[in-house]
Amino acid sequence: MADPVSFINWSLLALEPPGWGGVLLRGLLNSIQIAIGGYAFGLLLGIGGACGKLYGGPITRDLMECYTTIVRAVPELVLILLLYYAGTDALNYVLGLVGIGQVDISGLVAGIFVIGVVQGAYTTEVLRGAIKAVPPGQIEAARAYGMSPTKVMTRVTLPAMLPYAIPGLSNLWLIATKDTALLAVVGFSELTLVTRQAAGSTKAYLLFFCAAGALYLMLTLVSDFFIKIIERRARRGFVEQS
Amino acid sequence: MSDTTPPDTTTHAMAFTPEDLPTAESFFKPHRIVLLAIAAALVFCIVWFMRWDWLPQYLPRLGYGIMVTLAMLFSTAILGFLLAVPLGLVQVTGPWPLKALAKGFCTVIRGTPLLLQLWLLYYGLGSLFPQFPAIRQSFLWPYLRESWPYGVAALTISFAAYEGEVMRGAFAGVPAGEIEAARAYGMSRWTLFRRIWLPRAIHRALPTLNGETVLQLKATPLVATITVIDVYSVISKVRQDTYITYEPLLLLALIYMCLTGILVIAFRYLENRIPTRGA
Repeated sequence: MADPVSFINWSLLALEPPGWGGVLLRGLLNSIQIAIGGYAFGLLLGIGGACGKLYGGPITRDLMECYTTIVRAVPELVLILLLYYAGTDALNYVLGLVGIGQVDISGLVAGIFVIGVVQGAYTTEVLRGAIKAVPPGQIEAARAYGMSPTKVMTRVTLPAMLPYAIPGLSNLWLIATKDTALLAVVGFSELTLVTRQAAGSTKAYLLFFCAAGALYLMLTLVSDFFIKIIERRARRGFVEQS
Repeated sequence: MSDTTPPDTTTHAMAFTPEDLPTAESFFKPHRIVLLAIAAALVFCIVWFMRWDWLPQYLPRLGYGIMVTLAMLFSTAILGFLLAVPLGLVQVTGPWPLKALAKGFCTVIRGTPLLLQLWLLYYGLGSLFPQFPAIRQSFLWPYLRESWPYGVAALTISFAAYEGEVMRGAFAGVPAGEIEAARAYGMSRWTLFRRIWLPRAIHRALPTLNGETVLQLKATPLVATITVIDVYSVISKVRQDTYITYEPLLLLALIYMCLTGILVIAFRYLENRIPTRGA
């Protein structure tokens, strides 16, 4: 065991190879990549899910309900394990049937898929609530103009629901950045896992975990800054609530 | 809460709430009966064609794991709530140093992943403590050598930070008139807090508190990564021993869904028992 002073050995954080700073930053970059990818994928799933829940037939609606219920009732960690193994297995099985053979699915793609599926359920709920908050008269007016359902969606429903959805969506972004840490459990080298490896091989546990915490916190605070700007922009024209 | 800040949307919008539970009569629709039949067939296939022979052998350990998970959940939820009340209160009325401290605590904890906090406590503090002879000789040492205190600490801190935000909104949202009325009755500050402010704030925050508790249940499996034997790590053990990938995980998902369902039903029962007039 190192002496008590060793946890403030700053040279361990140097960017060049004897230090681990570069490794940590690459881990952070991986985390951000997965968070952005997963968030975007979740947004797509969420738009589909919200439309399905609001406008779909009874069977679509029930299936969507099952999806959101399961994701909201089962821990993310368990879902990530299930989807990580099941997703890659299923893809390889399908590819095997088609005759392409096995492919090695990169951790990045699998991670994005897993985070996206988890985020999708929450996005569905957020967007459904936001769409329901749009005054129905506006959507009816769009329909009365003879717009097709897609056009109503892109021109009226989605832009009009945005101010209601942004607080929920920005929270989901923050949750996505933190959920990437769970991929450490399936061995994807994102920030938390590389931190643990760095800490394990140098025994400077406190230093590295605090450094990683600072990186995550910085990510959150920077996101917060932009979220505030976006929120202010989205809410312009609304009556200010005191 | 509309008169102050917008309701805290951090997480409670996403938790599974009593409103999401299906009602008994909602199952008797033609298309639902078909869907239920398909689901039953699926469950039958899973039970019949997959391997479940390992189950009887591990059943006692699974029961123990579920108990550990529930103990983790309730102990950390209660401890976290006790911490959250002062955290919320000082953010509303405290002097500015305390206010800044509480706000900073909530920001830092909510801004970093729980897994990282857990590992920071377990590996970081866990490797630091043995270097101090004073700690090694103290009565706490037998506990500090175990892993569960670190799990409890991390989960408690995280729960307290999220709840602190909720309680801040709830304390601020209690109508000023009620507090003024209590003051006009000549209540002391402590009596006012105990009789009016706290109960009203808890009443307002109750749905959110319940949602956060459900989310806390979903956070408990993380303690398995620091070798606490909860239901998740029992299942991991099964997977290691038998090389079966999916069956244990499906069972685990089912266990957590049942636990969530029971928790949500219990909360609905409790919420219905609290008399609400107007409000």
